[in-house]
Amino acid sequence: MAKVTIDGLEMEVPDGTSILNAARMVGGDIVPPAMCYYSKLKGSGGKCRTCLVKVSQGSAKDPRPMPKLVPSCSTTVQDGMVVENITSLDVLEARKGVVEFLLINHPLDCPVCDQAGECDLQNLGYKHGLAKTRYEEERRTFEKADIGDNIKLHMNRCILCYRCTYVADQLTDCRSHGVINRGDHAEISTYISKAIDNDFSGNMIDVCPVGALTDKTFRFSSRVWFTKPMDAHRDCKKCSGKVVLWEKGNEVLRVTGRKDKYGELEEFICNECRFEKKNTSDWVIEGPRHIDKHSVISQNHYELLNNIKVDIVKYQKQVAERVNKG
Amino acid sequence: MSKEIKFSDETLEVVAKIILRYPEGRQKSALLPVLHIAQAEFDGWLSSEVMDYVASILNIKPIEVYEVASFYSMYNLKPVGKCLLEVCRTGPCMLNGAEDLVAHFENKLNIKDGETTADGMFTLKTVECLGSCGTAPMLQCGADYYENLDNQKADALLDKLRDENQRSRYC
Amino acid sequence: MARKILLEHLNVPGIETLEVFRKMGGYQAVEKVLKTMSPDDVTEEVKKSGLRGRGGAGFPAGMKWSFIDKKSEKPRYLVCNADESEPGTFKDRYLMEKIPHSLIEGMIVSSYALGAKTSYIYIRGEYFYVLRILEKAIAEAYEAGFLGKNILGTDYSLDLHVQIGAGAYICGEETALLESLEGKRGNPRMKPPFPAISGLYASPTVVNNVETIAAVPHIVNMTGDEYAKIGVGRSTGTKLISASGHINKPGVYEIEMGLPVEEFIYSDEYCGGIKNGKRLKALIAGGSSVPILPEHLITKTANGDARLMTYESLSDGGFVSGTMLGSGGFIVMDETTCIVRNTWTLARFYHHESCGQCSPCREGTGWMEKVLHRIENGHGKMSDVDLLVDIAKKIEGNTICPLGDAAAWPIASAIRHFREEFEYHVKYPEKVKDPKHFFYAPFVSEKMNASIA
Ligand SMILES: Cc1cc2nc3c(=O)[nH]c(=O)nc-3n(C[C@H](O)[C@H](O)[C@H](O)COP(=O)(O)O)c2cc1C
Ligand code: SF4
Ligand code: FES
Ligand code: FES
Repeated sequence: MAKVTIDGLEMEVPDGTSILNAARMVGGDIVPPAMCYYSKLKGSGGKCRTCLVKVSQGSAKDPRPMPKLVPSCSTTVQDGMVVENITSLDVLEARKGVVEFLLINHPLDCPVCDQAGECDLQNLGYKHGLAKTRYEEERRTFEKADIGDNIKLHMNRCILCYRCTYVADQLTDCRSHGVINRGDHAEISTYISKAIDNDFSGNMIDVCPVGALTDKTFRFSSRVWFTKPMDAHRDCKKCSGKVVLWEKGNEVLRVTGRKDKYGELEEFICNECRFEKKNTSDWVIEGPRHIDKHSVISQNHYELLNNIKVDIVKYQKQVAERVNKG
Repeated sequence: MSKEIKFSDETLEVVAKIILRYPEGRQKSALLPVLHIAQAEFDGWLSSEVMDYVASILNIKPIEVYEVASFYSMYNLKPVGKCLLEVCRTGPCMLNGAEDLVAHFENKLNIKDGETTADGMFTLKTVECLGSCGTAPMLQCGADYYENLDNQKADALLDKLRDENQRSRYC
Repeated sequence: MARKILLEHLNVPGIETLEVFRKMGGYQAVEKVLKTMSPDDVTEEVKKSGLRGRGGAGFPAGMKWSFIDKKSEKPRYLVCNADESEPGTFKDRYLMEKIPHSLIEGMIVSSYALGAKTSYIYIRGEYFYVLRILEKAIAEAYEAGFLGKNILGTDYSLDLHVQIGAGAYICGEETALLESLEGKRGNPRMKPPFPAISGLYASPTVVNNVETIAAVPHIVNMTGDEYAKIGVGRSTGTKLISASGHINKPGVYEIEMGLPVEEFIYSDEYCGGIKNGKRLKALIAGGSSVPILPEHLITKTANGDARLMTYESLSDGGFVSGTMLGSGGFIVMDETTCIVRNTWTLARFYHHESCGQCSPCREGTGWMEKVLHRIENGHGKMSDVDLLVDIAKKIEGNTICPLGDAAAWPIASAIRHFREEFEYHVKYPEKVKDPKHFFYAPFVSEKMNASIA
């Protein structure tokens, strides 16, 4: 066991725990935001840099501070470590920078994005971002693409967390999409139009922190906050069959996996459950899903959504123009 | 007139030898050298068919090849002219006239950076530091470095390459 | 004449062949270590020599070797970093091209010290013709029994291969290099674990620069203590410097650590002074990634001491008034240079070379390039200058690998020392329309003029 202090809160966690997971064990404001790390995907994390924290004391044995901010998702705790997250101005400043970086090439098309309301980037920007952008250069753009029959790739929105490639590597037996090109030209792609077809490929949609990968069987049917999430299950040979149905009236608009309060799937679900079972009669309904994430769709956060709408009002015009053009 | 995508027996032997450099099961390590060979064998660029072929030889997924080929700047994912003129444009070369050299080529060949002449002979590509800053300005064509260039030397080089009429290759 | 170690026999005809190389004393170190020294003895000599990594960071080589995980059951690897892509640096190419056996001998001796049975030299893709030179030399070494099974009849065996890259500066970063050697994209790995614990094929690995490895046989021959006597303080031995830019004699020079910068620039033995009788304006002393120095901080430190070619003296004054020895890429700029333009080409370089894994570097490098491009072409705003400083600050220290820092430092330092020149571009857009705006009329500080008047 290792004793760590995060933002003044002392806790004891098993050796080998990451700072982020230690914070998650306690929960609340001391948990750094994570856009690329995904506890169920091996090798994930370290890339987005939103989870940077300051280690003001390395360990009891070696109390020196770490020279740079470290990614809490991929830094293991040491006994006696002292970590500053929201109590460090350096961390808040760096995080603001990261959010700005993630947004400079982001289309800010929330008004037309399926993910709006359950987007980690939207939440992050609201909590940690600057009120206005300092970026005046042209934004990078990509063409939209279909990845298979059921998944839409909207590369403009992607933040290159690499999660979807890990899903393909670790859950399916033949990864046919990946990250091609380099630097800020890097993109998620199949390179040549190849359909992704695999029993578990749909989980890419659920692990995507933004609206880059969306469910084509759901697109534009409704904004998430007008749908009613219900826990449901069915007897499935391929997966646990435990899902969330997003209903409007008696219609099942969309099926997703069940996410915990950090936005991570509790279990991965198969494509059959996700894409093919769109009748309430396919499912045993358990009851309304409690969304306990700090998301705009969770009930007591509806007011946030309004604020975000205000924030992005000036982009809406731009976006509307762009959308009208083509 | 596309030729069949297949290495000759000699090339396959070279590839087999390269694979032997790495521990068993690590044949993916051969990807970079083998892509160079493939590019040289199949007209100076890597089509998706060629990359699929390389994937099959190394027993890896095609996407693993696309990911790698698109990362490194020496692999051409589109057809290029017979002679690829790679002119260094980074700081030290810029200080010694790289921009003039590029402009000279653009005028002379009537193409812009990244374009290919109508006859398919030359492609002009500006690249980053080639480790030849002490002999700037310079360019690379195939495996050869041409250093301390000025307009006359550049013209002479174009003439020479036209005369030789050979496809430039790194290997 | 200063002492030469690595390049002592540079001008001996045929030195690229094994035969001549041996006549000049080559491969003696292989005999010496295999027959009279234990691997730990070799590491000990390297430690005593004070040899520091010549790839850029200057980490003590002997200490790095002693970190290698000896308890692991996995094979150990030595990988030579011959990716040399840092703008302004071309010394490794020179050494490998002219005296290829010096690297091979170094690889054998160092591999023995580390207990590596297979070693790789990773060379940048553009150096294809150097690859051929190395391959030929390696074949000669196999033939002569210096490589392969039971070298010189001992029970030490070593296989040495050269791996070619394909155009990516980032593969010079040691973990990106290992990824690339495994046939993957050159995405740097998260550290820890360090390569000494889990490197190539997740096995204990040491990565060293060409020049570092080539120095090892000389250390073995002359002893570490003798090597440590060359140089000043913790900067021991000799260093290859790649000199470029506006100087009379660009090229690769071997210097003894401690040579005054002034002598290096103006002596006929080295750079031979500034080209065309112009005035010195700025210096990038250690490859494009290190902070740029303005004229008054080049030959003297802020304290007025003579600036020397050592790790310590070059970094004297820290980021405020110092720089770094880095890889020894010595780029000299005369009074006609536009600092903004030079900084922009470097920013373009880092933008082009970012692997794109982590967001500050992926997004920040492109942003900085675009803003610099605007300023250079007369489309900048005053606030852009501070914006650049702020972007650089938000990248620095917040990325996976040091490329982010390397992209930030040149820009931050150029603005620190040449802010007025950036502002001039904003103030007088019409005066910077011609890309060669300072070529005929060098930039003159208005502030300085005012203070004289
Ligand atoms: C972006 C980047 C590029 C680098 N390029 C090189 C290079 O081309 N050659 C090199 O020897 N080291 C390079 N390095 C340093 C290596 O990561 C590593 O420190 C070095 O190879 C270790 O060898 P040394 O201790 O002998 O210097 C680079 C580092 C970074 C961050
Ligand atoms: S700092 Fe740049 S080059 Fe290094 S890992 Fe991050 S994106 Fe890649
Ligand atoms: S969540 Fe830690 S770096 Fe992205
Ligand atoms: S800058 Fe052109 S070769 Fe180095």
